[in-house]
Amino acid sequence: MKLIYEKSQAGRRASSIPRHEGLPAPEIPDELRRSEPPRLPEVPEFELIRHFTELSTRNFGIDNGFYPLGSCTMKYNPRINERLVALPGFANLHPLQDEDGAQGALELEWRLQEILREVTGLDAVSLQPAAGSQGELTGLMLVRAYFEDRGESEQRRKVVIPDTAHGTNPASVTMAGYEVTPVKTDARGNIDVDDLRGRVDEHTAALMLTNPSTLGLFDENIEQITEIFHGAGALMYYDGANLNAVCGISRPGDMGFDIVHINLHKTFSQPHGGGGPGGGPIAVRDILEPFLPVPAVVRRDEATNTYGLDFDRPKSIGKVRGYSGPFGVFVRSYAYMRMYGPRLREMSETAVLNANYVLARLKGVYDLPFDRLCMHEFVLSARALKRDNGTTALDVAKRLMDYGFHPPTIYFPLIVPEALMVEPTETETKETLDAFCDAMLAIARESAEDPEVLKKAPHGRPVKRLDEVRAAKQPVVKYGFDKHAGATGERQPVAVEAPKGV
Amino acid sequence: MTHPYLALTDDDREEMLRTIGVSSVDELFRDIPAGVRFGRPLDLEPALSEQELSAHLGALAARNVDSTREISFLGAGIYDHYVPAVVDAVMQRGEFLTAYTPYQPEMSQGVLQSIFEYQTAICELTGMDVSNASGYDGTTVTADACYIAKHATGKSTIVITEATNPQVRQVVRTYAPGFGLEVVEVPHRGGTTDPDDVRRAAEGAAAVIFQQPNMFGCLEPAPDLAAAANDAEALSIAHVDPLSLGVLEAPGRYGCSIALGEGQGAGNFPAFGGPHYGFLAARQDFIRRMPGRIVGETVDAAGERGYVLTLQTREQHIRREKATSNITTNQTLLALGGLVYLTWLGPQGLRELGETCLSLAAYAKQQLRERAGLEPVFADRATFKEFAVRVGRNAREVIAAAREHGVHPGYALGRDYEGMDDVLLVAVTEKRTPAEIDRLADVLAEVTA
Repeated sequence: MKLIYEKSQAGRRASSIPRHEGLPAPEIPDELRRSEPPRLPEVPEFELIRHFTELSTRNFGIDNGFYPLGSCTMKYNPRINERLVALPGFANLHPLQDEDGAQGALELEWRLQEILREVTGLDAVSLQPAAGSQGELTGLMLVRAYFEDRGESEQRRKVVIPDTAHGTNPASVTMAGYEVTPVKTDARGNIDVDDLRGRVDEHTAALMLTNPSTLGLFDENIEQITEIFHGAGALMYYDGANLNAVCGISRPGDMGFDIVHINLHKTFSQPHGGGGPGGGPIAVRDILEPFLPVPAVVRRDEATNTYGLDFDRPKSIGKVRGYSGPFGVFVRSYAYMRMYGPRLREMSETAVLNANYVLARLKGVYDLPFDRLCMHEFVLSARALKRDNGTTALDVAKRLMDYGFHPPTIYFPLIVPEALMVEPTETETKETLDAFCDAMLAIARESAEDPEVLKKAPHGRPVKRLDEVRAAKQPVVKYGFDKHAGATGERQPVAVEAPKGV
Repeated sequence: MTHPYLALTDDDREEMLRTIGVSSVDELFRDIPAGVRFGRPLDLEPALSEQELSAHLGALAARNVDSTREISFLGAGIYDHYVPAVVDAVMQRGEFLTAYTPYQPEMSQGVLQSIFEYQTAICELTGMDVSNASGYDGTTVTADACYIAKHATGKSTIVITEATNPQVRQVVRTYAPGFGLEVVEVPHRGGTTDPDDVRRAAEGAAAVIFQQPNMFGCLEPAPDLAAAANDAEALSIAHVDPLSLGVLEAPGRYGCSIALGEGQGAGNFPAFGGPHYGFLAARQDFIRRMPGRIVGETVDAAGERGYVLTLQTREQHIRREKATSNITTNQTLLALGGLVYLTWLGPQGLRELGETCLSLAAYAKQQLRERAGLEPVFADRATFKEFAVRVGRNAREVIAAAREHGVHPGYALGRDYEGMDDVLLVAVTEKRTPAEIDRLADVLAEVTA
């Protein structure tokens, strides 16, 4: 379809801006005045709406169907949350409003912190980080501040990360000025404790661990791992990407972790918006509280139910984002948690039950690298399909689209060849889970009988398989206006139909 | 009792457990060592119905005084600009709202094409060659730019003007030690930055960051600041207000390497600080050092045009510890709101909006002088939509007193700048009317008398 810029005609517009008579003329010094206007689209309002509505029909979200994208926790996003976040008292509230004019927002933030303390089993929370990866980086800044305070920062330069970790973990380690020490996974899918022992010493600052791991497996040796790190004077960081498996069942603080980030856009249903926004609050043990970002959200007085922002934290690492964090995300996640209360445990139990059910139905046909019960997600391998029929995990993923499902995460974690990482979440009916399993089994049969149908998939999407190599080799990252190659094949008519309606 | 967000019936559960080969849900958790199992129910308030939830959050929202409940001139980085209905309509489409990052392009052409259009709009606004798909906000994109500058120049000092928003400076300072960077601030002289000060500080520096218009609302001699940075072979980084760019020159046209800023005013509600989007655009030289997602054009197997995430070898899921950034989730939905807003404005609307802000702010200066006897602090400096006035007593007290009259008169600059305890920063967007400005002047006359 056309780009909005290709629909633009000079002289059209959708906006109307207030103009006032009798005011001073707008003045800008000549040397600072805009010389040429930006070529923004020029379209009437109805063309704007049609354009973006058509674009939306070329997209697939949770509202369209099943989205088992592993490690992303694509659960239903309740509509009430959208109504609540749009309340004028939230949407139009300025972040620098005086405390007495922001009591409702501060109370909501404080209440959210209290819930996160209970769910994580830790002592103090900062809501400020804007996403999981910023939560990680903030956590590592806390690690550095903690060891600086103890005079050990020169000595402790290493952060241990398992080979199953999300790529954000090592990237955050570098950005925080640390070095990565990798550790292997054992035959049961746990951290290889023997490998670990040789890698943790007085130079170790922390472990970063996702538990359950990106394999969807709970680390059975977690207590030993905690002993090793705490025994060496190092800290334990919990990547909360997979918290949806364990709410009310096992708490990171009880596992021995000192710092946790929580992905509000995963476990607590902030809609992911095609790539954001997210929210990445961190919860910490009391020894790390003095270092948390400023401002801290505090309850000033219980009797009068008043709240405030505390900037007086001399050991704080500073600010990692503007103001007190992505507030709209907090509104949605707080609402979501209040709809569950203590029943968050049922949420996690159902997520784990759904995942194990899908796993049980698929594991005879796709390879299961670690044959255990899974938590909220699991990783299969399409290596047999590749070896026998020449069809890859990518082909399976693309073919799933023709059955009306979003594909699982593929080629991750890196230690599983032809990985298919499936996370059904709790918000699905059994009928949907069965339909997905039926499709996966049908695709395995197709792989043997007619591999080309997989290799050429998808067949029913608005575009065929896209050439990603070409995009990277000759990057075209914005519209070229006069020089831009046009779309072809616009608006092909469908078969002629008889008149219906008058 | 079933829950509105859950679906399994007792029969479903029985059948699923049978298929799995376990006898209970508890058994699914047998790999969790007994010592780390949580032995009690979560100590949280009971679940609410949707109606009760709505009442509870309604009551919390009502405890806030937002810009529909007082006449607000509060800005300082987050602005009360009008958000048209088309923005809400598009952002509430479930196909956009509830999608993940577009890893599977055939399922995600809507998001991908809209990001491509957003990148184009940001490049047009800023006069740059390449934009990413957004960063968290105007503060973190500035830290991202420091990471670019460090790797592009191999140098380890960041120069930032004191007249840059303190939120931005604080975030840069928090990130800097991990990046191995030192931060040096250049003071302002009479409300703007002296290019000679920048030239001296930029010697041996990786980058110079300045804000246009700056924290005091004043227009910096931006082309001269950029030239001073460029002469010292430091990257010149302009932190700009996107809504000023219909009337103010694009940073790409006066030699900047990177242009970035807070997108909130362009299509997002203030929302107590977020979520918003930060935009980051650069010259072509830096395309492979850009942080975060970038969408590129390509063709499908039938030769049709389509869009994909591209240049991914920069990114954490491939490069891991050598990535240009750790960012994954960005602010796509907010950036989509920004694109819809900029499309709604068009070039003509953007210019008119800038002119309306300029005129209203000039009118406000005039009325504050005439009705309240308040003078701008930096009277000989040109401004855009925001300006600083001396109010003769502690500005925080003035704000509290004015709010008693239903007017929020602005931001107390003494919160961030020494010697400015009696200075108020007044922001005038197109949402304010001449009558509201008259009211501001009258209220300030009363509370500063």
